[in-house]
Order: sequence, then C-alpha cells, then structure tokens
Amino acid sequence: MRDKVVFHVNGKRVEFEGNPMTRLIDILRDDLGLTGVKEGCGEGECGACSIIKDGKLVTSCIIPVGAADGSEILTIEGIKDTPKGICITEAFRDGGAVQCGFCIPGMVMAAYALLEENHHPTEEDIRMAISGNICRCTGYDLIVSSVQLAAERGGELWQ
Amino acid sequence: MSATKIDDRIVRVDAMEKARGEALYVSDIKFPGMIYGTLVRSSIARGKIISINVPDLPEGYSFITADDIPEEGRNELWMIAKDWRCFASGDVKYVGETIGILCGPDRNMLSYLKERIKVEYEEEVPAVTIDDALSLKGGPIAGEDNIMCSLYCEKGEKMDDVFRKADSIFEETLETGFQEHVHLETNSAIVRLEDGRFTFYISAQCPFYVRKSVAGLLGLRPEDIVVKQTTTGGAFGGKEHFPDVLAGPLLVACNKIRKPIKLVFEREEDMLYSVKRHPSKVLFKTALDKEGNILGIDGKIYYNCGAYLSASYVVLQRGVFHANGVYDIPSTHLVGYGVATNTFPSDAFRGFGAPQTLFAIEMHLSHIARKFGFDPAEYKSRYFLKKGSETVTNGHIVEDVKLPEMFRQIADASDYERKSKEYEIGSGKGIGISFYNHGGAFTGNGEQAIIKAHARLVKTGDRVRIEVGSTEMGQGFQTALRKIAANALEIDISRVDYPNPDTSRVPDSGPTAASRSTMVVGKIVEDCALEMKARWDEGDFSVEKEYVHPDGHPWDQDTFRGDAYLGYGWGACIVEVEVDKLTNEVTTKGIWSSHDVGKAIDELIVHGQVNGGVIQSLGYASMEKMENRNGHFRQSSMSDYVVPTSMDFPKQEWFLVDNPYQWGPQGAKGMGELVFNGADAAYTDAVERALGATICKIPIPPEDIEEAIDNAR
Ligand code: FES
Ligand code: FES
Repeated sequence: MRDKVVFHVNGKRVEFEGNPMTRLIDILRDDLGLTGVKEGCGEGECGACSIIKDGKLVTSCIIPVGAADGSEILTIEGIKDTPKGICITEAFRDGGAVQCGFCIPGMVMAAYALLEENHHPTEEDIRMAISGNICRCTGYDLIVSSVQLAAERGGELWQ
Repeated sequence: MSATKIDDRIVRVDAMEKARGEALYVSDIKFPGMIYGTLVRSSIARGKIISINVPDLPEGYSFITADDIPEEGRNELWMIAKDWRCFASGDVKYVGETIGILCGPDRNMLSYLKERIKVEYEEEVPAVTIDDALSLKGGPIAGEDNIMCSLYCEKGEKMDDVFRKADSIFEETLETGFQEHVHLETNSAIVRLEDGRFTFYISAQCPFYVRKSVAGLLGLRPEDIVVKQTTTGGAFGGKEHFPDVLAGPLLVACNKIRKPIKLVFEREEDMLYSVKRHPSKVLFKTALDKEGNILGIDGKIYYNCGAYLSASYVVLQRGVFHANGVYDIPSTHLVGYGVATNTFPSDAFRGFGAPQTLFAIEMHLSHIARKFGFDPAEYKSRYFLKKGSETVTNGHIVEDVKLPEMFRQIADASDYERKSKEYEIGSGKGIGISFYNHGGAFTGNGEQAIIKAHARLVKTGDRVRIEVGSTEMGQGFQTALRKIAANALEIDISRVDYPNPDTSRVPDSGPTAASRSTMVVGKIVEDCALEMKARWDEGDFSVEKEYVHPDGHPWDQDTFRGDAYLGYGWGACIVEVEVDKLTNEVTTKGIWSSHDVGKAIDELIVHGQVNGGVIQSLGYASMEKMENRNGHFRQSSMSDYVVPTSMDFPKQEWFLVDNPYQWGPQGAKGMGELVFNGADAAYTDAVERALGATICKIPIPPEDIEEAIDNAR
C-alpha cells in the first residue's frame, strides 16, 4: 500500500507518492531543489541538514518522508527573506561567523529555533542550542557572539 | 564609496550567500544527462588481486578500471611524486585503494550493484605501524627497508662530542596519532565535456594540481584539461592532493562514457578512505649539564607515510625543520625518516608536518624543566630564537622574534605565574603552556625555483578583476586578497572582483597551501595593484607579475642548508584545565593565545582562524582518536571520531602582536597553519600537571588517561 504523504515546506503544499522511507533531505534537496539544506554526514551527527519541523529543530537526514506527513517544515530558503532570517544572516555576516559556510545554513536554523523560544539567550544557552551542529572551521566563538548579536539587534522581532 | 584601507573593518564577501544557503557546492550542482559514480575499493590492506567479478550490468551502467586507461596514458597520479596509482592493478597496498569506478544514472542501483562486485585476493601480511614497517613485517613495501624518504640536518658540535661532555642524558619517545580532516563538505567532484575539453567542477584547494595530476592518465597535457573550483566546504590540507584521487577515475570514466559524472563521498567513505595527518614517532636524546642546561639534542623522527609517497617527503622536511621548535639549541642533529606502511597514504593537513615535531619538542622541554624543578615557561624562554640566531638548517632568523612580549600578554591575562606555582602537581588543576612557530611559504627558494607563482589584475572600466589560481576554502582569502588589492589601488573593495579560479582563465599562482597565499600571492597582487594604480588612466589593461624571491638568502635544496624560511609566524598558548580524578573527565577552564602574523590583513578573519585552528589542535590532543587495526580505520562516522562541539571548550582569549614582515603585503605573513601548531602541547602540559603524569602520546582522551597515569608510576 502506498499512501500519499502531504506536508508543507516553506508554506507550500507538497505531495509525495513514493517510498515513505525516502529520506526527507533527499526530497528537499533533489525534488524541491532546496540545496541550502546541506548533507554533512547523513547520520544525524553534524546538523548541517537542520530544518525546523513543527517548530522544532531536527536533522532532515534521519527523518523518513513518511514521518513528515501533516507537518510544517521550514528550511533556510523559507526564512532567509523574512525579517528574522535577515536579522540572523546579517548578524552572522557582520559578526564573522562564516568561514567555509557548509555548516552555516544549519547554524542559522539552530539560531532561529533558539531565538524563537528564548529572546535573551546567555552564552551558555547558545552553546547548548548549537551543540548538535558541528563546525570544523570557526571554533564556534564567533558563531556564538553572532547569535548574541542577532538577539540584541532583533530586539522586538523576537518577542 | 570610499577607498578601502587595510585597517577598515569589512565584512566577508562570501558570507551572505553562504549564510543564505545560496552558495553552490559540488553536491548542489546538476548538469543535464548527469550520471553518478561510486568508487569500488580494496577491502584488504595488502595482497594480490586474483580476480574481479562484475555482475551483468544493466544498460547505462559501466565499471571502469585500469584496463580502461588508453594506451597513450599511464596509470599514475602525478602529485609531488608519481607513485600513487589511479587504479590498483595486480595488487593492492592499502584498505580503500581504488580498484574501479562504477557509474550509472541511479544511486540506489549503484549501491546494489557495488555490493555485487566481488574481488578475490590472495592476502599478505600488512605492516600498519611505524614499528611494523621498520621490522619489515610481511616483507618490504618500498625499497629494501621501507624508508621512502629521509633527510637530516645538523648544527653546532658533533653529537659524540656533545654527549661526551654531558652530565646527564634525557631520552624519551613522543608520539602523535592519525588525524582526520573532517571538512564538513566531503570530497566531491563532477567531470564533463565542455567544448570538447574535459572539465572538472571540484572541491579543491589547488585546481592546477588536479589538471597536472590527471592529464597523463589519457596522455594529455595539463592545459588540455579545465578545472573549475567550486565553493569549497573546508579543506585543511585534505583537499590539497586528495582531489586527484577522485578526479583520476572520473576522467578515465568520462573518456569512455562521455557523459557528466558526479562523485560525492559519503561521510563514511570520507572517514575511512581519505588521507590523514601523518602519525609520528620522535625519539629525542638530550645532553644536559649539571644545572639542567641543554648542550645538544639528537632527534630521530619517523612519519608514517602510508603506501604511497605522494607529498610525504615535503611534509617530513617541514617536520625536521621545526623539530627544535622556537629554540636556539647550541648543537643538534635531526634525522627524519618517511616510513612506508599498508595504510591509506598520509598527506597534507594544516601544519604540514610541523605540528608533530613541535608537539614533541614542547613536551620534551617541559619534561626536562620539571625534572630540574624549573617552570616550563621560564626554562623554555632561555632558549628562544632571536633575530640573527642560527636555525637548524644553518640559516638565520631574519626578523624580530616577539615571543617574550607574547608570553607576557598571555601570562598576564591568564595569571599564569601564580597558577603555575599554586596548582600543585597532581592536584587535579593544571595550567600548561607552549610556544611554536610556522615557516611561511615553500621552503628556501622553492617559491622562485619551483612554484614561479603568477598573478594578474584586469581593469575593465572602473572595476578590477583579480586572476589567480589561489582558492577560498573558508579561510577568508577572497576577502583578504580583495582588501589587499583595493587598499593598493585606493578604491572601494566592492569594485574588486575575484571569481573562483578556472584554470583556463587564470594564471597558476601555485597551490593554496603552506600558508603562502597571503604572504606570496598577496604580495604579487599588491605589486600588480601598485603598477595598475600608477597607470590607472591608460584605459582597460591588465598587469601580470611573477614572484621574485628576495636576494641574499641562500638555500640549497640538496643538502637542506640555508634560510629555510624568510618569515615565520610565531605563537604562544596557555590552557588551563581541571581533571576529575574519579572519572578522568577533563574540563578546559581557559584558553589564551598570542600570535605574530606580521600584520593582520583583516582582524575578524584572523580572529576566526585563531579560534578555529586552536580548537582543531585541542581536538587533536584531547579527543580525535583514529585507530587502525590491520590496515582498517576503526572510526567510520562522526559519532566514533569525535571533533569538538560548541560545548567542549570555553570562549578563547586571543592576542596579536604587530611585527610587519618586510616582504609581505602590508607586512602580512602566513597564519592559517600557525594557529594549529601549539594548543595541543599546552593542553597536554596542563593535563600532565593536573594529574602528575607524564604524557608522551596524543590524543589523550579520558579513557586513555588511566594508562598515562599508570605509565608515570
Ligand atoms: S547531514 Fe544530517 S546531521 Fe549531518
Ligand atoms: S564554517 Fe566551515 S564548517 Fe562551519
């Protein structure tokens, strides 16, 4: 039996009729062309493929598409032109958070998920929130301070 | 728009497209009709290939091996040496050696078919460690003695005389392990025909290396092949020569299939079947007088090179040249051996051979200091190199050395002297220190004699395009180089373009390696810009220049004598830890570093490099354990091979000293590798003091600490 899986990605309805065990990341990247979702490990260890599913930060490489049925999914493409997305990406740019960039869309998603919940995160809160996202380039300090910058600059945006 | 000055705070030019997820890495690129490739590899470390059994392949699928190399081609990749085969044939020398590439349109089908390709072997006994190889386990792999390359250098009196005068001799063996790069983007490449030419889109540090390396497979000239670098998601040396190992099979396959082919490693493949940092073993024998003063050091340095030489001889040279660290030891004799084993070939990794010997000398001097009751920092500082000091290659330090000032900065910030006295050895609290350097650019006159780097600036209207073969791999070079050009041209940085290199359009600027890009290529670009500025009103034109080595600094590449490096980066690092004596869990309480990079072209970029390099080095010392059993790496995923997360280390305090380098653009020297070279030893020193143990081997994850304590008893 092959049920149809229906969900929303960045506000658009997506219908999928295929093997429900197909990895969500493959649907996002290959079928929908959302290549801002990066694959760094394919096993839930690096966070490069982070997306927000029903308000929660998850790694799309270990989620079968079947488990996305009925959900609302946000990828970097869905937030980058929103005021919040612009706030975070500009803070990352100005704060020197970006090096090779491969981890960065996932980091932006992690920052987004954090700031939605916690408008005034401490350094510790931020380190915890991005602890599932591996960055091999930056040593994290400038990512952490850039998230702080986004929280400060965003102000009311996050209320 | 105003003219960009070198001290202006600017934002990285590539930050926004990366943060928005718009930068295209190889895995994001598709071409019409593109198919996929996957490598079929050796599953044993050493043996003969008896047969390769390939199932019937569906239409559109092919399996390409050494037999598909045309008659005019040769089955070799031309790295620095030419010994690395594109495809194993007849025998295999390590686990993961490429046997063939399976190509076809559907990736699931490729995995299915790959499992059904059966290779039969006649297995032989592999030599995996340095000791295995030196004892010729399983018979020699290279030559008669498994020594693939060697060199020595000496300074001062003959060792026999030195040791005759010694009051005591301190001997120890220091070891370091494999380290995996774990660039977050795995190795990946696409090949296709464009206007009849084989064209690569590749994640690589050195596009010109790739075309040189693979052209011979088809009997072509390097210029017959086009290499376009794509946004590169981290490299750290892991994409210096290794992309050739992907490009070679892809080229042979594309020659047969004539379709675009994409090859993207999965993380597991990147972990198990890619190059690593050379494991090392350093034997130091040091002659001391009654007071503990060093009379001389005799060093034997062994690097595990794996099955092919590739770049190892050059790595080993750098290891030997850095084996006295930042110290002026009156007499020294240092000999290095590159040892062949049946492991995946070792290759470039940030630091390029220097971190191993720097770790060894730092720990060795700390151990001597402690034995004689001196504080390691005080003891080491007696031997600091100064301007004019003789180096281990009988050259001289040609610049000011600011280590005393750098030590002061971090000692004050960390309260080093107080803590060093107050934290009793074995109390669970420890503070450690290290000093280090990194010779900039290629050794000696290699930049002029071998590399002959070129750079070009092209003026069109009021815009200027930089044309160089150097690459951005995350280190910020696109921004730094544009800033250097804009500053010299006295124009706004937004008017300077620097597209990713395409070998058919840009001159060869040499590899993006050896911390040479800012110092050497940056300098040529600055010189081009100054000339362009003077001729600005001439309309549209271009300026191209070649690197010129300063006179008066002789170097003999046959005997390794002379000024090995004209400018060094210098560093000092302090790490403070607490060790839970029940669980051996180490908590890092503070990290302080100071670096001399000449002049920072962009402070924010240097800040990021310092943070990243230091954390990578702390990972190397504390947690990044890659074991090899019987030729098989045991850590195959990011959960087995753990790199630092945001929770593992606290925020760093960092300092710079200004020490402009007379031949660098705006006084800049290299920095990318320097910042890796010392935090490992500072951490290890701190852990040793906290535990009252002697540690001679890294990595030292908590589960290995018990052993270190036992050994110390
Ligand atoms: S790619 Fe999904 S967690 Fe690494
Ligand atoms: S910027 Fe390279 S992995 Fe984070």
